[in-house]
Amino acid sequence: MRTTPQVEDLLRELAPQVLGALVRHYGGFDTCEDAVQEALLAAAVQWPTEGVPDNPKGWLIAVASRRRTELWRNEAARRRREETVAAQAPPDPEPVAGVDDTLTLLLLCCHPSLTEVSQVALTLRAVGGLSTAEIARAFLVPEPTVAQRISRAKQRIKASGTEFRMPPEVEVSERIVAVLHVLYLIFNEGHTASSGSALNRVELTTEAIRLTRQLHDRLPEDTEVAGLLALMLLTDARRPARTRPDGALVPLAEQDRRQWDAQAIAEGVTLITQTLASAPIGPYQLQAAIAAVHDEAARSEDTDWRQILGLYELLHTIAAGPMVTLNRIVAVAMVHGPHAGLQQLATAEADPALAGHHRVDAVRAHLLDIAGDHEAARAYYRLAARRTLSVPEQRYLESRAAQLTPPSRP
Amino acid sequence: VETPVKYLILIYGNPATRKVWEGLSEAQRVDATRGYAALNEDLATSGESIVQETLADPSLTKRVSVREGRTMTTDGPFAEVKEHLAGFYLVDCESIDRAVEHAARIPEAGLGLVEVRPIMDLSALGL
Repeated sequence: MRTTPQVEDLLRELAPQVLGALVRHYGGFDTCEDAVQEALLAAAVQWPTEGVPDNPKGWLIAVASRRRTELWRNEAARRRREETVAAQAPPDPEPVAGVDDTLTLLLLCCHPSLTEVSQVALTLRAVGGLSTAEIARAFLVPEPTVAQRISRAKQRIKASGTEFRMPPEVEVSERIVAVLHVLYLIFNEGHTASSGSALNRVELTTEAIRLTRQLHDRLPEDTEVAGLLALMLLTDARRPARTRPDGALVPLAEQDRRQWDAQAIAEGVTLITQTLASAPIGPYQLQAAIAAVHDEAARSEDTDWRQILGLYELLHTIAAGPMVTLNRIVAVAMVHGPHAGLQQLATAEADPALAGHHRVDAVRAHLLDIAGDHEAARAYYRLAARRTLSVPEQRYLESRAAQLTPPSRP
Repeated sequence: VETPVKYLILIYGNPATRKVWEGLSEAQRVDATRGYAALNEDLATSGESIVQETLADPSLTKRVSVREGRTMTTDGPFAEVKEHLAGFYLVDCESIDRAVEHAARIPEAGLGLVEVRPIMDLSALGL
């Protein structure tokens, strides 16, 4: 089933609003969510041929309400209960003043009682309006696996007794952190090297940006939300240059920068510049700032590595992690030379989180390569290639090793 | 950010494990089967299960070779193989520790014949 892009966009925009209206009116998140999914499917089939109704939101609410009543009756029949007639009237399609259902929904879908994979699946379905089949295709797992994750997540929400309303003020900022993490996971999952051959694959990066934009519209004062949106825009801007037509990855230093999306870069740079001017600073803002410095260099050799190093030092202070350590070491090498980087790498390797990690070997290979020790570089590229779990990365590392192989003499 | 990884849990068999299985009492066999059923159930409920299969007897294996464009088959597994693949689970877990936890519940793990291996994917993080 294919729908026109306009209908698809409209449905995804309306999905959380319709779900919000239903849950607010009837209660029972799990049944309402199923009903909204069915209403979205019905619209996806009917609207492209019969035309979009004058009041699409009202149409969806009416269809979803009917479906919910049927679902509820089936369930109620099992429990031998009867529904009051009053509760059967569909909710008013007009939004309740001063209430934002999309934000409430996002917070609910990223509830701390859920596992990460469940948070991701539920967010894409309930807030993003994607079907279970679309989510399954995007994550390359079977549909029943995704269906199970969603139904388990809904059971957990039900069991936790959480109601559909904004959590208390003190909890909100903590819950937003979880939402940002889920959006970041969705973005990264879409950040694969699939070269467009995967037909019908939902663009998870685009979806993550759309959802983060919605969140930013609602919380314009939150600097980390703005930081994450900027980070996504600045990273996604390089997408056209990231892969060759044959699907092989092109590293940042070798990308054709004319192919970068100048408009996305401009938006990202403006956003992060404005955001950094106001406190508090956070890890997403710093990562966005680093991406901005890369994106602003017209040529790879113009990159302001001193500034990048400064930003990584800051990131290391407020949100240390193994990948931050490695990226900081690369920046050290770019500013102070490969030997300084190799020295720090030897120390960093003692961290159990990095010991034996293939990225350590990849960074070491890169630094040895710059230092001119091609034989050792080749050995470490090969070692890293053997141990990575990523097919495109393996291909890239193998090609680096091959480039360093001296031509054999007969 | 570590994205979830798929893991293959491989269950091997050999003549010794066959003897162990044949020597089990009816009640012990039921127990082992229940162990599998409980694991399958838990993997399905948690949304970590992708596929699981039990392989037919190794004597039913066909060895395939293509020479000059012609496909030829010979019966039976590679003669030198002492251990054969008896079954597998493909799971999608948050960590290898979690996959190992599942693998440890497989009755054959008591005989030391279960392995966990990560699956490669298309992720291109940080490149």
